[in-house]
This record gives sequence, C-alpha cells and structure tokens, in this order.
Amino acid sequence: MPLSAEDLSAIVLTLELAATTTVLLMLLGTPLAWWLAHTASRWRGAVGALVALPLVLPPTVIGFYLLVAMGPHGAVGQFVQWLGLPQLPFSFAGLVIGSLVYSLPFTVQPLQRAFESLGRRPLEAAATLGAGPVDRFLTVVLPLARPGFITAAVLTFAHTVGEFGVVLMLGGNIPGVTRVVSVQIYDHVEAMEYTQAHWLAGGMVLFSFLVLMALNLLQPKERQA
Amino acid sequence: MNHPSIRPVLRLAALAAACLAAWLPAQAAEVAVAVASNFTAPMKQIAQDFARDTGHTAQLSFGATGKFYAQIVNGGPFEVLLAADDTTPEKLVREGHALAASRFTYSTGQLVLWSPRAGFVDSQGEVLRSGDFRHISVANPRLAPYGVAAMQTLDKLGLTATLQPRMVTGENIAQTYQFVASGNAQLGFVALSQVMENGKIISGSAWQVPASMHEPIRQDAVVLNKGKDNEAATALMDYLRGEKARAVMKSFGYSF
Repeated sequence: MPLSAEDLSAIVLTLELAATTTVLLMLLGTPLAWWLAHTASRWRGAVGALVALPLVLPPTVIGFYLLVAMGPHGAVGQFVQWLGLPQLPFSFAGLVIGSLVYSLPFTVQPLQRAFESLGRRPLEAAATLGAGPVDRFLTVVLPLARPGFITAAVLTFAHTVGEFGVVLMLGGNIPGVTRVVSVQIYDHVEAMEYTQAHWLAGGMVLFSFLVLMALNLLQPKERQA
Repeated sequence: MNHPSIRPVLRLAALAAACLAAWLPAQAAEVAVAVASNFTAPMKQIAQDFARDTGHTAQLSFGATGKFYAQIVNGGPFEVLLAADDTTPEKLVREGHALAASRFTYSTGQLVLWSPRAGFVDSQGEVLRSGDFRHISVANPRLAPYGVAAMQTLDKLGLTATLQPRMVTGENIAQTYQFVASGNAQLGFVALSQVMENGKIISGSAWQVPASMHEPIRQDAVVLNKGKDNEAATALMDYLRGEKARAVMKSFGYSF
C-alpha cells in the first residue's frame, strides 16, 4: 500500500471537512442566493461582491485574517471566548468556518443563477393555486432548480477538498484534526518524499477530473428532462 | 548579407558589445539568493551592507529550505542558497546542483522558547512543566531543523508525550512564529533571530534553550550551478564570512 496510515487519516479528514462544509453551505447559501436573485435592495451589489470575494482573494489572505480574527485578540475570538467555547484556530470547527468562507461563492453563485433563470412565473402560478411559501419552495423551486443545487453541492465539495492556503494558515497541521490532504501533500513535497506526494497528488488530480466530468455529463441530461 | 554599407555598423556594434563585456564585471552584478525563513531579518540587513560595500546587489527570496530544494532541482533561478540546515546543501552538492568547494557553515542557529506575554516564559523553561497553556507551537520536525531541535529538547526534558496533544506545527519557523505572535498558541519554539534585535529580546518573554539540549543547528550556504560564473555570488559568500556580516548575525543571536 503506497499510502500510509497518516495519508489515509488525512483523506478521511478531508472528506469529513468537505461534507460538513457542503451541508452547512447548502443550508446557509440557499436563502442567501434566493435573496440575491430576487431582492431590489440597494445592498444587493455589496452583498454580491462580498460573496464573490473569496474567488479573487489569495487563500493566504483569507487564512491570515481568519487566524487574526479568531485569535484571542480578534473580534471573533473574543466573542467565542465570551460564549465559553474553545478557541477556533487549530480545531476542526475552525477549519469548517474557514471553508465556509472559502467555498461560499461556489455554493451561492450557481444557486443564484438557477433561481434567476427560474423567474417569478412558476411561483406566481403556484401561489394562485393556493400553495403557501414553504410548499412553493419545496414543490416548485426545488425540482426546477435541481441542476443548480447539484452544481452548487458538487463544486462546493470539490473546492473544499482542494483547499490549501486557508487550512495551512489556520490548521496548525495536527494529524487527524486539521491535517488535510493538501497539507499532507505539501509536507511530503517539502520533506522531499516525492513518491508519496505523487500518490496523493495524482489521486487528487484524478478525483477532481472525475468530479468535473461527472458534472458535465450530468448537466445536459438535466436540461433535456 | 554582405552589404557594404552595413559593415561599419556591425563593426561598431561588435566594438560596443566588447566594451560592455569588459566593463560589466567591474560593475555591479546581481545575485539571486534563496534564504531560509529563520535568517530573514539578519539577511535583509546584511544584503544592505553588502550592496553598500561591494556595489553588488543580492535579490533575496525567503522560504522553507525544502521548498527551495525542490525549486533548485527543477531548474529554479537561484544562484546561492542560505539553508536552514546542513543536509540540504550537502544533498544538492551530491546530486550535482551545487559547487562542493563553496559549501560552508555560515552560522549556527539558536533555539528559543518564546511568548509575546511578558513574564510568561521563565529563564529556565519551567513553564513547560507547569503547563498553563493550551497550545505550544513547534516547527514541523520533518521539515525544519528548528523543529528537530525543539523535539530533541522536549525529549531531553521528558515532556514529549505530555505536550504532544497541545502541539501545533508550522511548516517552517516563520509560520511557527506567526502562530505564537497572533496569540493563538501561547508559546512556541522559534529562532532567536526572530525575536531578537541588537542583542535583546524585542518583546515578551523567552528561554534561550541551552546548546546542550539539542544537536547544533548548523546552517550551510552553497553556491548553486546557476551562480557558478557570477562574481556577485562569490562576493556574497566571502562577505558572509566577514566581520561585518558576523556582527549582524551575532546581534540576532546566531553563533559560529
């Protein structure tokens, strides 16, 4: 087996992190995307820009500011302390928060596009037929925007798996807690263990390719349906 | 091709090129230097003095020695490596990427247990036993010689097992310092050069780990193949051995 126990533990941790982030972001991102798709508020431009910010910022910038903000002198860190909770950097929870920020646009933007292309018509029709807001969302929006939800979930998951800069800055490289695959690969390369690095890195390339290919194969089918 | 009216121009150009070639070596040359993160602060100062005293300029890149190794082996643009260890330069020489004769130990690093909080770290390092901290930051011993030295120190104190669950590791000494400086880890093993200026600890409290606690952190310099014919590379190696550079290193806590 070319992968060590440490490599495997990093893989498991990475999948846990990506899964947690994806579930949370779908829950948080859906209302946000809905609001962005339908609001006439003057804040729309600013909020949209905030959501897109992680696309253009280097992960080290995000990681550095999160490290400072969640540290004992930072606003988030002091709030967490006031709540009596353990500190966030160097913990799995801290990585989840970092990933939420880092992967936010990959959830919100596909959802927003899906909601926008939906238009108001189907909802108004459902309303005239007497469907309440929750009913309308579950029976009209969800099925119609399904390709958008799939794209958002897959991209969020894959992007979080590939996360590096944020976890490096925030994680503290603790095996089984914060040492994800990308950091493990980095360690292998730095330690000049190129064979192990190749196994993990090659696996990552293959995984990413398969995910994106699956997405491409899935989407036209959804559109035809 | 042999158009008569062009010939004088060509001749003039050749003359100009010859003049330029003769004139260049006497003038300022530039050398690309890869510098281990722990040596960042002193090297910035040394490079300034170097430029003033010799007219040559040193282009500095800072980072982890292991990363520099990967870049150099893959054709990276560096001409001189100031490593954080003695094994990487040796390996580069062995593999034919560096000049054997140029390799020498430019300084020996000093390990320090440091906290930004005044009075937190005592002068004997007893704080490690009392254990009133949540996280201790250590450079990754697989990657950084300061991490190796820190682990050897903890082994000697018999504290490795006790402290392991509280350890966070930086990929190099710069990140290790960042974890402590940002307050997320209460203390950590860093390079003395990071917390010392003009022979004094800048802030917080520290325990200078005695040299007997770990193997010496020998930091070697080597001229890489790319710098073979660069006069500035040789000049920099000489300069690093000189009194002036050593005084700077000393003020940052390095020894020889």
